[in-house]
Amino acid sequence: MAIWGWVPVWRRNFLVWRKLALPSLLGNFGEPLFYLLALGYGFGSFVDQVQGMPYLMFLASGIVCGSAMNSATLEGLYSAYVRMSMQQTWEGILATPLSVRDVVVGEMMWTGTKALINSTPILVVAAALGAVHDWNALWALPVLLLAGLAFGAMALVVTSVATGFDFFMYYSTLIITPMFLLSGVFFPIDVMPGWVQGMAQGFPLTHVVAVVRPLMTGLPLVAPLLHLAVLMICAVLALTAATWLLRRRLIR
Amino acid sequence: MNGSASNSTAVAAAPLTEAVVRAVGLTKLYGETPVVKGVDFNVYRGECVGLLGPNGAGKTTTLRLLLGTAHPSGGTLEVLGLPVPARAAEMRRRLGVVPQFDNLDPDFTVAENLQTYGSYFGLSRAVLAERVPVLLEFAALTERADAKISALSGGMKRRLTLARALINDPELLVLDEPTTGLDPQARQLLWRRLRELLAAGKTLLLTTHYMEEAERLCDRIMVMDHGVILATGSPAELIRAHIEPQVVELFGPRAAEWLAADGAGRAERTEEVGESVLCYLHDERPLLDALAAAHGLRFTHRRANLEDVFLKLTGRDLRTAS
Repeated sequence: MAIWGWVPVWRRNFLVWRKLALPSLLGNFGEPLFYLLALGYGFGSFVDQVQGMPYLMFLASGIVCGSAMNSATLEGLYSAYVRMSMQQTWEGILATPLSVRDVVVGEMMWTGTKALINSTPILVVAAALGAVHDWNALWALPVLLLAGLAFGAMALVVTSVATGFDFFMYYSTLIITPMFLLSGVFFPIDVMPGWVQGMAQGFPLTHVVAVVRPLMTGLPLVAPLLHLAVLMICAVLALTAATWLLRRRLIR
Repeated sequence: MNGSASNSTAVAAAPLTEAVVRAVGLTKLYGETPVVKGVDFNVYRGECVGLLGPNGAGKTTTLRLLLGTAHPSGGTLEVLGLPVPARAAEMRRRLGVVPQFDNLDPDFTVAENLQTYGSYFGLSRAVLAERVPVLLEFAALTERADAKISALSGGMKRRLTLARALINDPELLVLDEPTTGLDPQARQLLWRRLRELLAAGKTLLLTTHYMEEAERLCDRIMVMDHGVILATGSPAELIRAHIEPQVVELFGPRAAEWLAADGAGRAERTEEVGESVLCYLHDERPLLDALAAAHGLRFTHRRANLEDVFLKLTGRDLRTAS
C-alpha cells in the first residue's frame, strides 16, 4: 500500500472523468483542430517557412506542449482545489489508511494523465493534417506525460497555499501565460530579444518544446537528456514541496 | 496485594476492560492556544461513549487527534492497540469515521460512493460486491443505489456517510455530531442503526450537542469544556453525583423577583437561563406549595437530567452554547 497508495486516488479522478468523457473528448479534438486551422493556415499563409518547415507543422508541435501544460495546470489548480476545499474529498481520504503523500502523488499522476488525454488528440489532428514528420512523433507522448507531471506538481504547490480561486490568477497571469507565449510554442525563441531568450531558458515549457518539436517534425534532437532532467527535477522538487505544504495544511 | 488474586480478577474483567482508546495527558496547542489540555480517558470495547460539550470545547480536536489527522503537542495516545500518530495509518484500517460535515463524493452515485471509499482501504472488487448491497440495506438506501448525492435528503446523506464508515468493517466507529441538522424521524432512524451496531459488538465514540442523544445511546458520557474533561460517568451516575434530583423551572420576568422575596431559601441552588430560573432541590414540595399560593407565575416540575448536569459543570446553557 505504501508504494501504490496513490492508485485509488488516481482511479477516483479517472472514474469521475470517465462519466463525462465523451463530450470532453469532443472538445479536446475540436478546439485544437480549429486552432491549427486558423493559425496554421491563416497565419501560416503569411509565413514562408519556420526552421525549414511549414508554419502549421511548427505550430502543431508547440501547441501540443502548451496544451499539456495548460491542462495539467488547470487540473492541479481548480479541480484539485475543489476536491480539497469545497468537497473535502481529501479529508475523507485521510480518514482511511491513505496518507497525504498518497493524495499528492495520486493527484499529480492524474494531472499527468489529463495532460496526455488533452494533448494526444492534437497530435492525432496534426497527423491528419500532415503536420507530423513520421512515427517517431509517438515518442512525444511519454515526454508530454512527464511535462504534465511537472506542471501538475507545480500547480499543486500553488493549491496547497491557496486561499481561494482568486489566488490562482497570480500564478496564471504571472507564470503560466508568459510561459505559454515565450517558450517557443508560437515562434522560435531565437527571434526574441536576448533577455527574453535568457528568461525562456528558465521556463520548464521551453524544455518540453525542445524535445517534443524535434520528435514531431524530424528536426535533430539536441541534448534531450538535459531537457528531460530539467523536467524531472521540476517534478520532484514540486512534488516534495506540495507534499510538505499540504501535510502542514491538512494535518493540523 | 496478592499476585494470583489480582491476576484472576484481571482475567475475569478482561472483556469489559479492554481499552480500544487510551489517552494519557493528551494535549493539543494551536500556536500558543491550548485546545485540549492534558486529558486522560479510556474507551472500552463494546461501549458507546459520548463526548459532550459546547462548541469550542475541544471535542472535534480530540477526535482529530484520535484519527491521527492532528498531531498531539503532548501526552500519549493508543488507539486499537497502536500508538497514534506513529502508526495511525495502520490503525485506520480498523476504524470508521463519520465526519461532522458530509464529504460524500458528489460526482458519484450512492453505490459508487461506497465502492470508491472501499478502494481507499484496498478492498477487492469481490469483497465490495459482497459488502455494498448489505450496507445499502443497512442504510435503507437500496432503492437509491443509483441516485446522485444531490438528490438525497439530509437524513439519507447521513446514513450513507455512516454506511461508508462501515465499508472496512471497523472495530471502532468515531462519529462527530452524527445527527446535527436532522429532523426527528431521520434522527430516530440513525439512532436505531447505531444501537444495532452496538449490539453487533462495535465500539462507538461520538460527540454531540444533544442531551437526549447522549442519554439514549451512551453507556458513558464525558463532559468536556475548555479542553478539559469535567466529569465522566453513565448518565444516571452523572445526575446522581453532580446535581440535586428535582428541578422546578420558573418562567417569565417576575420569576427572579418572586424567588428573591417570597421564595427565598426554598431552593437549594438556582441557575438563571434567559428569562427562566431553574431551582434545584431534594424536596420540591415546599417550593411547589409556595408557588401554588403565588398567583400568575408559570412553572413546571421535572426530574433533573443531563442538561442540568451540563449547565452546572460548564456554567453554560447547552441550547445557547453554540
